[in-house]
Amino acid sequence: MFSWFANPLRFLRLSQWLAPLCYALAVLLIGWGLWRGLWMVPADEYQGGDIMRVMFIHVPAAWLAMASYMAMAVMSFVWFIWRHEVADIAAKSIAPLGAVWTAVCLATGSIWGKPTWGTWWQWDDARMMSVLFMFFLFLGYMALRASMDTRQKAARAGAILAMVGAINVPLIKFSVDLFTSLHQDSSVLTADGPKMAAIYLWPLLASSLGHTLLFAGLTQTLMRAEIWDRRTAQANAKLMSEG
Amino acid sequence: MLRGVTGTVSGPLLSATGLGMIRGERVLFTGVSLSVAPGESLVLRGSNGAGKTTLLRILAGLTRPEAGEVTRNGLHHWFAHREGLKPHETPRTHLGLWAKAWGSGSDLDSVLARMGLKRPADVPARYLSAGQRRRTALGRLLLEKRPIWMLDEPYTALDAEGRELVLELIEDHLKGGGAIVAAIHGESGFVPANEVVL
Amino acid sequence: MRPAPILSAFRQALGEAWAGGAGALLPLGFFAGAAVLVPLGIGTDPQTLRAVGPGILWVALALSSLVTLERIFQADTEDGALDLWLQTGAPASAIAGAKTFAHWLAAGLPLALLSPLLALMFQAEASTDLLRNAALYGLGGLAFYFWGGVGAALSATVRRGGLLISLIALPLYVPTAIFGALSMTHGPGSESAPLFLAASTLFALAVAPFAMAAALRLAAD
Repeated sequence: MFSWFANPLRFLRLSQWLAPLCYALAVLLIGWGLWRGLWMVPADEYQGGDIMRVMFIHVPAAWLAMASYMAMAVMSFVWFIWRHEVADIAAKSIAPLGAVWTAVCLATGSIWGKPTWGTWWQWDDARMMSVLFMFFLFLGYMALRASMDTRQKAARAGAILAMVGAINVPLIKFSVDLFTSLHQDSSVLTADGPKMAAIYLWPLLASSLGHTLLFAGLTQTLMRAEIWDRRTAQANAKLMSEG
Repeated sequence: MLRGVTGTVSGPLLSATGLGMIRGERVLFTGVSLSVAPGESLVLRGSNGAGKTTLLRILAGLTRPEAGEVTRNGLHHWFAHREGLKPHETPRTHLGLWAKAWGSGSDLDSVLARMGLKRPADVPARYLSAGQRRRTALGRLLLEKRPIWMLDEPYTALDAEGRELVLELIEDHLKGGGAIVAAIHGESGFVPANEVVL
Repeated sequence: MRPAPILSAFRQALGEAWAGGAGALLPLGFFAGAAVLVPLGIGTDPQTLRAVGPGILWVALALSSLVTLERIFQADTEDGALDLWLQTGAPASAIAGAKTFAHWLAAGLPLALLSPLLALMFQAEASTDLLRNAALYGLGGLAFYFWGGVGAALSATVRRGGLLISLIALPLYVPTAIFGALSMTHGPGSESAPLFLAASTLFALAVAPFAMAAALRLAAD
């Protein structure tokens, strides 16, 4: 299955229509979700009033922070084992997007936290802490790739780090949970699906799916740019060597 | 008896087929095939940046080629620009360390004498001249008999006497049925059995 | 697998760590210096210092490990020793593990041994707890050095790699820092924390050498 996707030309053909489709669906889903979420549903006073509406961005961002790191790690693993170039291009493209959504998650969490916790940053919140360390993992990955002198080395170094990070994520999560559970319980952001009223759930799901599709579309666009970039560099190198 | 030779030595000690290498987007070389039999020498030639060192590193198993395969039928010695000598090591401790690492019971004093390192034998490498450091690293070749020697620019930083010494070592090694692969930019000083031009 | 190359790598790394002139004094100086800055920054209230002391020492230990790790593989790639080690036929993971362990022994363990003294400066009571804590600093330091070693191996060919090591290693240091600091409190969960600390250190010892090996092969490529 991987080999089928591993062909850059096939990917270029596929993403030519798949990426725009992702964007179109994303606009519809996010648009509907935000319209419902920001204007139609009533504010939940228990969750801090109108400020809880930030949830419709915060929760999708939190989901993508986790999902994108895992996707990057899986792509790195696929590249490390099978050396399919498209997998490396995917991992490289996911990193900056993952970092952006992770930053959005932190920012919206902080904005939500100020009125509810009374502070911009709550050290006792395990989820915020985990996402923060996720953010550092993304930054380290990008910095490491950027400091390698050839793309082959960047791919190898990045894959090693992404895999080391991925097997550490459960341990980091566990330790952070333990750390925060000992301090006072201040988890206000109970965005657990089943407990939530359906009126919130549908816009939230639509928004999450929309963000995921937007992420997928942007990943494909970045991958296309990277593929063309590499082909241009290859063509240039060929011209140079032919003199 | 050469250590590390698998089976009886009838075929080549070292062979490679279809080697290709890409650095960044630059194709260094493609379709390089070679083989070195016991008692034979092979010199890699090419201008600066042509990939001599890279090819040698591929043959040594340090660099992974983009295409092709390398077969080594025996252990090899590695001697390159970077001597692998730590600033705090003296010629004696350096050779002693590697003798231990390889489990060879060589007489250090005779190796030091052969390399002309009797006097600076106990001087830390940071006080040694470039030539003395090269001689120390060359001494590793004598610690243990290994069938394949891989030499990257073996004459760099050596004086006339040092060059003579390297030539002697090379000739002795070839006479003893060893094989040599060397990347040499200028005069090789010996007549190689084969050349690969990149 | 012949153990001789691994022992030799260990010996060379130990010699290298001690041969810097000052030996273990340099990391010790850094460790003490970093810790001593804290009271200057947050004030001298004994209650506060007693509360934050153990945590400050964990932070200082993490920083010292990062500072001293920068050169352990970078020097090897620059002077060519890495090429020789990779050609010994011994597993690269064992070589990397031996070198990192030697480094911890030379630069990490002395910090743990110094910790009771610094703890006293942070107003801790003189008791056997300080010795127990020293052992915990040693144990946690081992995990710091192994995860930091992964960062060091990955950035072995990078100029100014020290900054990169810090960024790479920081998230990997989190569990050790949390379990370590927790095991020196007296609240709930502090009894099991040393076990978690030991487990996460074992995890580092089991996983990090393989990552270091892959990174070192890349550095030599």
